Amino acid sequence: MSPRIALAVAGRVLTQLRHDPRTVALLVVVPSVLVVLLRYVFDGRPEAFQLIGPGLVGLFPLISMFLVSSITVLRERTSGTLERLLTMPLHKLDILAGYGLAFALLATVQAAVVSVVAFGLLGLDTAGSPAAVGALAIGNALLGMALGLLVSAFAATEFQAVQFMPAFVLPQLLLCGLIVSRAEMAGALRVAADALPMTYAYDSLHRVAADGALGARGTLDVVVLAGAIVLALSLGAVTLRRRTA
Amino acid sequence: MRKSLYDDFMTDDAITIEGLVVRRGGRDTVRVPALGIAAGRVTGLMGPSGCGKTTLMRALVGVQRIAAGRVEVLGRPAGSAALRAQVGYMTQAPSVYGDLTVRENLRFYAKVIGASPDRVDEVIDAVRVPARAGQLVRSLSGGERARVSLAAVLLGEPDVLILDEPTVGLDPLLRVELWRLFARLAERGATLLVSSHSLEEARHCDRLLLMRDGEILLSDTPRGLSARTGQDNLEDAFVSVVTEREEVLA
Repeated sequence: MSPRIALAVAGRVLTQLRHDPRTVALLVVVPSVLVVLLRYVFDGRPEAFQLIGPGLVGLFPLISMFLVSSITVLRERTSGTLERLLTMPLHKLDILAGYGLAFALLATVQAAVVSVVAFGLLGLDTAGSPAAVGALAIGNALLGMALGLLVSAFAATEFQAVQFMPAFVLPQLLLCGLIVSRAEMAGALRVAADALPMTYAYDSLHRVAADGALGARGTLDVVVLAGAIVLALSLGAVTLRRRTA
Repeated sequence: MRKSLYDDFMTDDAITIEGLVVRRGGRDTVRVPALGIAAGRVTGLMGPSGCGKTTLMRALVGVQRIAAGRVEVLGRPAGSAALRAQVGYMTQAPSVYGDLTVRENLRFYAKVIGASPDRVDEVIDAVRVPARAGQLVRSLSGGERARVSLAAVLLGEPDVLILDEPTVGLDPLLRVELWRLFARLAERGATLLVSSHSLEEARHCDRLLLMRDGEILLSDTPRGLSARTGQDNLEDAFVSVVTEREEVLA
């Protein structure tokens, strides 16, 4: 492991984003616009906004980092730059750590902006502090990045990578308990939900928002999430092959 | 270092291959029973598109899965961690970031390999690529992009350079300049293997490898090749080697 290389990779990813201000603007502004939309969709049922709001604020970064990282890494795979990097004296973990750093920073900005809009302007109110929701959002962004990096190995084109979003992320969003409580789902779906990482992401958010603290169950959620990030990154590292057919 | 079967000169080989077989899509795409690539020389890997030049080069860098054989670079198995700082590989498609400027690309690669920041300007100068501030690599021409990719290989001053068609799509003047650069690098002790599908570039090489259908038909010096075939023109010499072989096979 070399911090020098990880920082170089992170710096490079951020420089690439700097040359693409429209993507950065979309990443930062779109979640806030959607939260505003949600607030006024539920204009007649403010309690529903209070229920769903924290979940969405905390899950947006997961979804957008999944997309951004799957496409960035896919480009790296198809442009030959990954192959070149892997012929250089570096460890695969350096590349992953670099990506993690860059996307965590981006997610921090995203989560901060959407939190200010939701908590500051739209009157979202949670038992736990907005900072705790924001911290979970950044953790979720890392999970999204790790999953995006992993699925990029299975996409041959950017079209495919984009389609992995509805394929991988939407089912998790439906099953995680945000839209319908898991207790009301068919038994088989409850079992499926228990195996999906976003369930734990949502559950931890829900606990902070409703109970004000993670508690024992919420702490377990966070441990499971950390495990899922490590697992996805390890599997992702396996897909960064030096030697290919 | 051991001598290859083909080699009739008394220089050491920086790269040795024994019994190399690469299988792709169920058939052998590259078969090289034995080959040595001379240290401190510019070796041209000539052959038509699709004959296996890239696959062979990938095997030398250690990014190609091989079915059988041994490939050693500077006495170590190709692709081993210790070689990564010593071997520079330029892929055929320019492996640089289109959404970064020339300087940003090179600064990034310099940081990764731990080269001094001064090297960035040196290599930009060496490949004569326009490094206009703020201009993204994707807005450069194909030949310019290829030269940025080459510049990235030069950053670490590697002992062995594997360059996959570095001169393709360049105007004749730039082409000659790049071959002069390769000769200078070899004078300083570097080993270069440079592929080209254009036989007219053969005259710039110290050694020539002629590849066809995944096999090395010939390993010789330009002069040796002329003498062997009685042809002064290298293109004619290549043609006579290929025809001779096809007559043997027929």
